[in-house]
Amino acid sequence: MNNRQAAHDGLNDAELSQLYQEVILDHYRRPRNKRDIEDTTHTVTMNNPLCGDVIDLLLSVKGGRIADISFKGKGCSISLASASMMTERLKGKSVDEALALSGTFTEMLHGDPAAAEATELGDLRALAGVSKFPVRVKCALLAWNCLQELVGPDA
Amino acid sequence: MNTTPALDVDRVRADFPILNREVHGRPLVYLDSAASSQKPTQVIRAMSEYFEQHHSNVHRGAHELSVEATDAYEHARATLAGFIGAREPAELVFTRGTTESINLVAYAWGSGLERGDEIVLTVMEHHSNIVPWQLLAERSGVRLRFAGLTAAGRLDVDHLASLIGPSTRLVGLTHVSNSLGITNPVAEIAGLAHDVGALCLVDGAQAVPHMPVDVGALGCDFYAFSAHKMCGPTGVGALWARQAILEAMPPFQGGGEMISEVKLEGSVWAPVPHKFEAGTPPIAEAVGFGVAADYITALGFEAISAHEADLTSYALNRLAGLDGFELFGPSEDRLGVLSFRYGDIHPHDLATILDRQGVAIRAGHHCNQPLMDYLGVDATARASLYLYTTRGEIDVLVDALLVARDLFGGFE
Repeated sequence: MNNRQAAHDGLNDAELSQLYQEVILDHYRRPRNKRDIEDTTHTVTMNNPLCGDVIDLLLSVKGGRIADISFKGKGCSISLASASMMTERLKGKSVDEALALSGTFTEMLHGDPAAAEATELGDLRALAGVSKFPVRVKCALLAWNCLQELVGPDA
Repeated sequence: MNTTPALDVDRVRADFPILNREVHGRPLVYLDSAASSQKPTQVIRAMSEYFEQHHSNVHRGAHELSVEATDAYEHARATLAGFIGAREPAELVFTRGTTESINLVAYAWGSGLERGDEIVLTVMEHHSNIVPWQLLAERSGVRLRFAGLTAAGRLDVDHLASLIGPSTRLVGLTHVSNSLGITNPVAEIAGLAHDVGALCLVDGAQAVPHMPVDVGALGCDFYAFSAHKMCGPTGVGALWARQAILEAMPPFQGGGEMISEVKLEGSVWAPVPHKFEAGTPPIAEAVGFGVAADYITALGFEAISAHEADLTSYALNRLAGLDGFELFGPSEDRLGVLSFRYGDIHPHDLATILDRQGVAIRAGHHCNQPLMDYLGVDATARASLYLYTTRGEIDVLVDALLVARDLFGGFE
């Protein structure tokens, strides 16, 4: 018997199962791009003071394009999975494309059903379930707030 | 012979209406009392009755309601003074809570300090017993020093003693740690402070809900505590200090209530404790605070302690049986505030998964960031027990943790 399935069945909580999908746990336990990068052009550290999650985001931007991206940090499965998936999705994108994705991702977390269907989000759509857990939205947005801080309109 | 009447938990629980509610379709299992306890009907009713029958401003009017409100407020002061073994009600200042009590000391008493003076604290202090002193250090240049822990997770008294010297003006420490659940040897440390002519301040927020406190026996000089962790309302707390110390201190805030005479050229302060109670105080909250102390006294600390000790050891036994359970702080001779980690599930994820099963725990740094740094963790989960907690609720907690483990597909 699959324990995960049993837990889902026993708890019978579709929203919780949606929150803790295997792809999210996989990124939490095997984060991608959690490393140093060459030629870092932008870096910032942000935290959630209420819970202690900390993310460092590192970018190497060349000719308006994200040539490389990585992160470091400590936090819950949602904040780390979001950071890990974000780095995979944004590598090679132009800064403008990255910021557009950031906008769509934020709308998805605020419960916009159209944003949750946006194919350009790729695996990040697995985080759509966070919208049902308002106190966890800030976890999923932490890495994206770093991005906005580095290259957003107010940067 | 054991003649202590056992705590009748079912009867106690009947006093707490909120314990009947459901959360996410499950019965509430409230294991966050170290953050804030729930309130018995007795306290809620006393506050309602005060508003419905007696409210007016205190110490002001000559009319009947003002007399009744003043009597109720001062009666609460006398009750709370007795609750912690103060000699006189005048030694007890009402504040907004433990945080304001410590800020009061740091501002008013601390205004007499200067560069070269030292304040000794511990790494296990709540932010409320660190930040007011950091602000004082910025203002006056006093130096802060921090005592560490032993390998067993208790206060390193030898280290603390080594930090105390001729420059020490104050030793400040928590009576009970809000993360480690340990009780510090306050009387011994107050003695060490007094040996060099320093004062001793105690953060009693986590102690007064669980154990009888006698400030005389502790030998400290300041004792700060809150109502809301001991069955009382939010928004009110107290600072106890010996009368001579209060009288020597300048006021904290200025305004009405704290003066005896105001002229444009200057003012004369009211006698203690009113000198430290500027403005209209939280009267109904003070009334509720007093009733909360009466409620606890009626149950009896012997019965409460026996109940909590039984629950704590039951919880630790059950939790220790879970693979991947890691407790912070000692496993014996401790109170029922249990900080832990479970496998590789982050405390926030645990808190979310438990919440969906009706179980309320805290996750994060518990306003204890320096301690978390000291322990080398970014966050812990924390389950805290109180007089209304049952063994059955511990069982629900354990089952809920197993669900979390399974939801995470086991541990790696």
